[in-house]
Amino acid sequence: MTSLLSVRKLEKRFGAVVAADDLSIDIAAGQKVSLIGANGAGKTTFVNMVTGYLKPDRGAIALNGFDLGRRSPRRVAQLGISRSFQIPQLFVDLTAAENLAVAISATHAQALSFHSPAEAQGRRQKAIELLERFGLAQQADRPILELAGGVRKLVDIAMALIRRPKLLLLDEPTSGVSAEEKFATMDRVVHAVAPDAATIVFVEHDMEIVSRYADRVVAFYSGRIIADGEPHTVLKDANVRRYVTGSAR
Amino acid sequence: MRYASLHPIIAIVPVIAAVTFGRVLPAWTLSLATVAASNALVALGIVILARTGNVSFGQGLFFAAGGYGVALIARAWGVTDAVVQVLLGAACGGLLGVVVGPLIARYSGIFFGMLTLALSMVFYGVLVKTTVLGGSDGFNVGRPSLFGITFADAREADFVLYALSVATTGLAGIAARILFQSEFGLVSLAVRENNLRVEYLGISSRRVIAINFAVAAMLAGASGAFALMAQRHIDPQFAYWTTSGEFVFVAVLAGYQSVVAVFVASLVLELVRSFSNLYMPNTWQLVLGVFLLAVILLLPEGIGSLWSRKSRKKVAPVRVSEMAEKEARS
Repeated sequence: MTSLLSVRKLEKRFGAVVAADDLSIDIAAGQKVSLIGANGAGKTTFVNMVTGYLKPDRGAIALNGFDLGRRSPRRVAQLGISRSFQIPQLFVDLTAAENLAVAISATHAQALSFHSPAEAQGRRQKAIELLERFGLAQQADRPILELAGGVRKLVDIAMALIRRPKLLLLDEPTSGVSAEEKFATMDRVVHAVAPDAATIVFVEHDMEIVSRYADRVVAFYSGRIIADGEPHTVLKDANVRRYVTGSAR
Repeated sequence: MRYASLHPIIAIVPVIAAVTFGRVLPAWTLSLATVAASNALVALGIVILARTGNVSFGQGLFFAAGGYGVALIARAWGVTDAVVQVLLGAACGGLLGVVVGPLIARYSGIFFGMLTLALSMVFYGVLVKTTVLGGSDGFNVGRPSLFGITFADAREADFVLYALSVATTGLAGIAARILFQSEFGLVSLAVRENNLRVEYLGISSRRVIAINFAVAAMLAGASGAFALMAQRHIDPQFAYWTTSGEFVFVAVLAGYQSVVAVFVASLVLELVRSFSNLYMPNTWQLVLGVFLLAVILLLPEGIGSLWSRKSRKKVAPVRVSEMAEKEARS
C-alpha cells in the first residue's frame, strides 16, 4: 500500500524533554487514524511537526513522496495538509459564515479581491453548503462568541476542510465538549468529512471515541510509538493499558 | 434601508455637498477644514492598518516623504499642478511604504509601533542634517495651480485647496469603505484576530499587513502634498514624532469601525484645538489631553462606535445537542 504520509526517524527535544524519539509512521490514503497517549506523550508535537509549526531536530516528513522539509504551516496547508485545534482557532468577532469566507479566500490567497464583497454570492453559498454538512446552517450569521464549545469545534473543522485536504489532522476534536455531546459532535465530523474522502488523523483521549471511529490506533509514550494497529488490538496491549489508558492491574 | 446596506459609492453625494458647502464657509473655517481633511487622510491609513491589529506611530515618515518628494519635484521641474502634486505625493509615500512594509510586517504589537516610530525619527534626523534640503529650516515652494490656472485671490486659492482635499479625502474614504467590505478587508480583520490561523489556512499574514501598510503610506504621502500646498513650506517637522502622534490621536478618536468617524474625529480635533488655542492659549494642550481622555473613557472604541457598534444581545450559546434535537423534531 502506498503511503500518503510518510514520517521517518523524527526527533524533537525541548531541553531535556524528548517529545519525539525516532518516530517512524506511514499513513495510507483513506485511513482514520487515532493518536492516543497520556499528556506529554508527544501527540500534539507530532501534529505540530507534520503541519510545519515545529521544525524537527532530525528526520523526514513526506506527503505523497514529496518532502515537506522545513516548510511553513502556510506552505504545508497549500500542499494538502489541514488541521483543527484542541482549542478552536477562530476569528471570534466574525460570524461562522465570515470565518468560512476567510478560509475560502485562502484557496486563492495570491489573488484576494480588493473590491468584491467578502461574502459575494458564490463564496457565501459555498460557506453555507459546508456549514449545512455540519448541521450549522442556522448558525451561519451568528458571531463565534455566541456559539458553545462543541459548535466552535465544528466550525474549526469546517474551516480546515475548505481546501479539500489530502490529510486532515484533528487535535482532540471532542475535548471541551460535554459527555452528552461528544458522540453527536464526532458523528457530525465523520459525516461532514466523508464526501471529501479525506484521510483523518485525530488525537483523542476518549477510548470510546477511539474504538468507535478509528480504524487504526497509534499509541505514544515519551515521544515513542509503543503500539500501532487495529483498535481492539492496541487497546488491549499491555503497554497501552499501563501507560495510556491506565487500566492495567 | 440600513446605512450599511447602501453601496459605498452613494457617499459621493455628501462629498459633492461638502465641496459645494465650501463656497459659503467663512475663510478661517476653509483652512481649518482643509487641514482636517488632510489629517483625516493619514488617520484613515492608520485605521486601515489598525484593522490588521497593528498601529503605526511613524506615519510622519510617509507624510514627510510625500511632502519632500513633491517639493523637490516642484523645485526641479516646476510641477505646480495641485492634482499632479497630490498624485506625486501618494506615489512617493506609497513607494516608500512598498519598500518598508515587507520588512516591518515581520513584527507585531509594540515592536511594530516602535519600529515605525524609529524609522520616522531616523528620517527626521537625516532631513535635519541635510543642508541641500534646507536642514532644520526646510525650504519654500511656490503657489500651486489647477489645470494651468493660478489663483491669485487668496479666498479662491483657499477654496480650491479645500475642494481638492475634501474631494480626495472623500474619494479615499469611499475606496476604504469598499476595501473594508471586500474579501481582502475581511482577511485583514482575520489577521488582527488570529494571524496563526490565517497562516494555517494558507494565507500569508505578513503579505496582508504589508499591503495595508503600503496603502496607509500612500495616503500619508498624499496628505503630505496637501500640507505642503497649504503651507507652501516644508521642514523636517513633517517627520517629527509629534506630527505622527497627532495622526494617531485622530485615529484613536475615530476608532476602527467607521470611515466617516475618521473625518468627524479629524474635524472635531481641529475645532477643539482652534478654540482652545484661542481661549486658552497657554493651556490648549491640556484641553486637548482632557478631551482625548474623555473620549477614551466614554467611547473606548472611538467616535465611530456611536453608530457602528454591533448590538450584542445576551444570548445563550448554541450547543450541538440542541441542534440535533431541533433537527430530530423537524
